[in-house]
Amino acid sequence: MREYQNIFTQVQVSAPDYPGVPIGDAERNRTKGIVHNHLLGKLGDAQLGPIYLGTLGVFSLITGLLAFLIIGMNMLASVNWDPVQFVRQLFWLSLDPPGPEYGLSIPPLNDGGWWLIVGALLTTSIMLWWARTFQISRNLGMSNYLAWAFGAAISLYLVLGFIRPILMGSWNEAVPFGIFPHLDWTAAFSLRYGNLFYNPFHMLSIAFLYGSAVLFAMHGATILATSRYGADREIDQITDRGTAAERGALFWRWCMGFNASMESIHRWAWWFAVLTVLTGAIGILLTGTVVENWYLWGMKHGIVPPYPPLEATPVLDPMMEGSQ
Amino acid sequence: MKIFNMKLFAGASLLSAALLSGCDIPPQETVQRGYRGTGMEAVYSPEVLQELVAANQVPAAIPAVSSEGPKAGDVYQNVQALGHLSVGEFTRLMAAITEWVSPEQGCNYCHVAGEGFEKDTLYTKKVSRVMILMTQNANENWGAHVGGAGVTCYTCHRGNNVPEYVWNIGVPPRHASGMVHQMQNVAHQESNAYASLPFDPFTHYLLEDNAARVAGDTALPTGHESSIESTEYVYSLMMHYSDALGVNCTHCHNSRAFAAWDQSNSERVKAWHGQQMVKEMNNEYINPTNQWLPAYRQGALGDAQKVNCATCHQGAYQPLLGANMLADYPNLSRLAPPAAAPAPADEAPAEDMEMESASLDQGASSGEAH
Repeated sequence: MREYQNIFTQVQVSAPDYPGVPIGDAERNRTKGIVHNHLLGKLGDAQLGPIYLGTLGVFSLITGLLAFLIIGMNMLASVNWDPVQFVRQLFWLSLDPPGPEYGLSIPPLNDGGWWLIVGALLTTSIMLWWARTFQISRNLGMSNYLAWAFGAAISLYLVLGFIRPILMGSWNEAVPFGIFPHLDWTAAFSLRYGNLFYNPFHMLSIAFLYGSAVLFAMHGATILATSRYGADREIDQITDRGTAAERGALFWRWCMGFNASMESIHRWAWWFAVLTVLTGAIGILLTGTVVENWYLWGMKHGIVPPYPPLEATPVLDPMMEGSQ
Repeated sequence: MKIFNMKLFAGASLLSAALLSGCDIPPQETVQRGYRGTGMEAVYSPEVLQELVAANQVPAAIPAVSSEGPKAGDVYQNVQALGHLSVGEFTRLMAAITEWVSPEQGCNYCHVAGEGFEKDTLYTKKVSRVMILMTQNANENWGAHVGGAGVTCYTCHRGNNVPEYVWNIGVPPRHASGMVHQMQNVAHQESNAYASLPFDPFTHYLLEDNAARVAGDTALPTGHESSIESTEYVYSLMMHYSDALGVNCTHCHNSRAFAAWDQSNSERVKAWHGQQMVKEMNNEYINPTNQWLPAYRQGALGDAQKVNCATCHQGAYQPLLGANMLADYPNLSRLAPPAAAPAPADEAPAEDMEMESASLDQGASSGEAH
């Protein structure tokens, strides 16, 4: 079992085509084609397919592709249908939400209308895909941890692009579609609402996000390090602790006095991931709706450390009465 | 196997060299400008600084002459802006302006050879008169921005007929207008240092009277409305400030609270006065000259080429790195005294004017202010 002691996947199982468990009538939703690919086996399972699409999957793909296409066509139109400029400027190109003058009304197509349509299509696509995760879980007799985790991510998406803009009364509050534009939006959003870093829910979200990364690394490393003792059967070892589980547990107990169990580590990971986006969604939802300026809010509540004045003469707003 | 690794190594080295080639060669020098830990610091690359210093050398001043003797306005005809100068001073300034603005064309850039110097035949002469007034006004009434060093024609022109950095009202790049309306994010625009932001912040903030303020000034909502779009406009303008001055955001701001004045340093107040000054320059001085301008001196919409931060600063945090050229050309430091009034040489009237213009600014922009 020396193979496990490499930082890359060393084991690749060659197996005959496996179509998956029989699922009765729903079987017609499954494609037939199966491909085996050695390179794919370096990353995961060497078998590609079959995929279970179903009505939900098909419509999710159609609406998703339509959204993708409309975004692309809008970007192409913004460079006057020039394919060279499209490639050159791709990271800068954007499909923007309607201007603030439209509020929540339906704008003309070329002034944010396409953005609304894309939003509706993409949301439909995502919601169908979400329903599909429930459906596939049910078909496989699984519980719905995956679907609810995806739902948590969707909550952040909906808050950003739909719920919060409605509460604020303007589509312009929503995120544009585009690589740099959505990053600029993030910066502008924070600037507009007085620094998102002072938003406690943003703080929580970051803590859970970074925590997720640390937990992921700790867990992955522990299992790889003990897999030669059977840690690959980690769920078995929740109740039937073998030497792998014992060694992993001892490592962390000796290291820091406390250790997760084979069950709890997965709950830690699930909750950290889910709370990253849920706290993020709450933080965005509160911004502008109930808190106008997070920096001033933080000052008011003692989160922000006051600094001594920078200069002997305090710097005042030049538009304020009596300043100069 | 070994050869493969060598290739991999060579490839990786090339890639990292390519990625690093956009960076300045270390070591950089940093100067702390704010409270510790806030990142309020200026970062200088010695290499870049050297280029900047080389590009901002001031030409040798023409030897000073006496301000005594007959006035230019009495000796020459049609001297409107500089009539109060002595003939010597006037001639010296004309020579300097020629060197600063039209070193190649000489006097004939504004004056027609063989015609009297008093004639306003060429548009360049009419424009330069307004530009002289603009310069004097900036030095007299905008001390809050130009400080003691002030500005001269050279600050912007640097030997060019038209300063290198000017702007026109923006026209969106060619696009299929039926499909998209391009405003909020436009690619590859020099105006905002190639950020994907609104491409023409100048019309908004350096021509029209809008306060570049978007953040709310209360912890909780109190009806303050500023859109994300207007935030991106301000962001775009700030990218221009940063680019034009060769500084980062923390030159003025404490990045934890960009909007808070008590967290900023006094440079930000100077920049605010600069915005007001440039707005006045564009509206009161530049735009009125548009009637005389030939089409090739106008933008796509037929507007005059206007001033922004880069026009003077040209990549330096202080134009010409703070060199005081005005000391050599004091005639540009104030407007001509009103002809009728018994020329009061003391400071009082100048201050009155400054306060008046400041309160005018306040009144005009309070509609935008929250």
